[in-house]
Amino acid sequence: MRILIIEDDLDTASYIKRGIGEAGHLADHAADGRDGLLLATTEQYDVLIIDRMLPEMDGLTIVKTIRAAENNTPVLILSALGEVDDRVQGLKAGADDYLVKPFAFSELMARLEALLRRKEVEAPATRLQVDDLQLDLLSREVTRNRQTLDLQPREFRLLEYLMRHHGQVVTRTMLLEKVWDYHFDPQTNIIDVHISRLRGKIDKGFDKPLLHTVRGSGYVLRA
Amino acid sequence: MEGLRWLLASSTFRLALVYMALFMVSVLVLLVFIYWSTAASIERQADETIEAEIRGLAERYDSDGLTGLSTQIADRLRRQQPGDSSIYLLANQRYVPLVGNLSGWPVQKADQEGWLDFQLGDDISGKVHIARARVFKVRGNYHLLVGRNMSELARTGQGIVTTLIWGSLIMFAFALLGSVMMNRSVVRRIDTINRASKEIMTGNLSKRIPSRDSGDEFDQLSENLNHMLDQIELLMDGVRRVSDNIAHDLRTPLSRLRQRLEAARAGNDDDEQRLELIDQALQEADGLLKTFNALLRIARIESDTLQATFSAVDLGDLLRDVVDLYEPVAEEKSQVIEISGDVSVIVNGDRDLLFQALANLCDNAIKYSPESSTLRVDLNKTALRLCDKGPGIPEPEHDKVLQRFYRSDASRSTAGSGLGLSLVKAVAALHRMDIKFSNTDPGLCVTLSFGKLKGS
Repeated sequence: MRILIIEDDLDTASYIKRGIGEAGHLADHAADGRDGLLLATTEQYDVLIIDRMLPEMDGLTIVKTIRAAENNTPVLILSALGEVDDRVQGLKAGADDYLVKPFAFSELMARLEALLRRKEVEAPATRLQVDDLQLDLLSREVTRNRQTLDLQPREFRLLEYLMRHHGQVVTRTMLLEKVWDYHFDPQTNIIDVHISRLRGKIDKGFDKPLLHTVRGSGYVLRA
Repeated sequence: MEGLRWLLASSTFRLALVYMALFMVSVLVLLVFIYWSTAASIERQADETIEAEIRGLAERYDSDGLTGLSTQIADRLRRQQPGDSSIYLLANQRYVPLVGNLSGWPVQKADQEGWLDFQLGDDISGKVHIARARVFKVRGNYHLLVGRNMSELARTGQGIVTTLIWGSLIMFAFALLGSVMMNRSVVRRIDTINRASKEIMTGNLSKRIPSRDSGDEFDQLSENLNHMLDQIELLMDGVRRVSDNIAHDLRTPLSRLRQRLEAARAGNDDDEQRLELIDQALQEADGLLKTFNALLRIARIESDTLQATFSAVDLGDLLRDVVDLYEPVAEEKSQVIEISGDVSVIVNGDRDLLFQALANLCDNAIKYSPESSTLRVDLNKTALRLCDKGPGIPEPEHDKVLQRFYRSDASRSTAGSGLGLSLVKAVAALHRMDIKFSNTDPGLCVTLSFGKLKGS
């Protein structure tokens, strides 16, 4: 995978670049808005990571420009501006995801993986399957090893998201944003409670656990 | 000299001077106009009298000739009262006076119609008067001059000039006195305000501007300034308290973070243990970041600039989503959350912030309520009410728990940043909602009332 980082803070940029390299991807770096736009439009990338406040040209303008040129490369905005209205502005400009600085690298990586993956599987599925766990989106039925599992609606939505991103690490914030669709900071780790209940239903009594905790990052559903 | 400079520097005094100058110019214009119209009328009168006398003399000349004319002139002069201003002179062809009360023919030339203005020496007083006359020739090359002494006109003019000078002097004196007095009363009031401001600027924030209770503009100004100062003092206190609290409350997690990093560095070669310590340090750092984010968020919300993102939000939907999210947590403690009241209440607001506020309240309710208790949420058109079965908050602490980092004694042992309710308060204030606590023994009810928001 090729990833372009448009970021004027060299420390942050090299930190991201090194991390991406360790994860087995290629990363290019542009230190100002104009170079970034030039690279983004002339080279082929799988994901763009764009800072908002950049010299020469700000991040939102870059996103708007490449979207106007019908370039649909997934964009993740990485910014210190983190209020709800900033986020809305970013997404309106055409970005696919928005991460606020300071950030945990695991959070960034999980979101990048999600964006990379989305390019592959956008086909509308009616049935999701991970190992012997099956989820039917039409009948809203979940089975494991042909045994029907009784899930509440919120557990169904949570599992659906995890199955759509199986094999990928998803963070707690991602789950709050994507499954519950709210941007807020819970005072306690409520997501952990939801996950442990879901785990109790899909893993308990089966030999092989599917829902794993990734220390310091989040969760992954994996065969 | 110092006093004069001080007077000139005062805007009230300068204003008074400008008014005075304007007033004096208008009086001057008025007097000039009066002089001009009076002079015109006196001159017209003189001309008419001269014409009439000439007509009389001409008639006499026509009937009795030169001798009759001379007799008539002599006659008139004889009958003249002192102060009478008629002037007559009959002279021969070489301008040698024959009869009349002028010692010699005037040197000035007459205009085409024979009118002439000339100076007249008064033999008795030595004064010089202005005179006006008409001259013409009579048959036999004799010259006749009939005129009037115009000293009356000069007197009128003199009177007006005198009036002007004295009037100006008196006016100037009064205006000066008036503006100095006005200036002193105004300046004294302003000076009071200035002195108080200076004292406040040097750091005495509790100083207030004295007021006379007369309700005039100066008192209103003083009152407004005092209100402003109250507000500033309140805010300053708030800022001071908050920064104290931040410094105090962040020191503990920071020193824990430091201890863990130190332990990880100095520790033995047990990789497992070292990883554990680093994880703990990371957690501590995340917690700190979270606290800072919450602080920034509260500050941002309180700055009141977020209203642009307001849209119609259904509090009913929001409430059900919050309960949906927190129900499993409650169930862990065998608690039940009951929702009653209206299903849909639309308010104008920020969806995420309102969710955050409700989530914080819900989180608290679950945290402080005992196991197997029931939490009740009631929503109606004007208020949202959440009641728990916890220990409640003592009445005197109701305001304090909304302050940043305040932890009541009852909550000190539980986990939390002390910012949850501050955030709720900031969100409520942004939405013009009122937040109230009431104890139900056992339990606490939090009421968010938004009557003012309804229907918007």
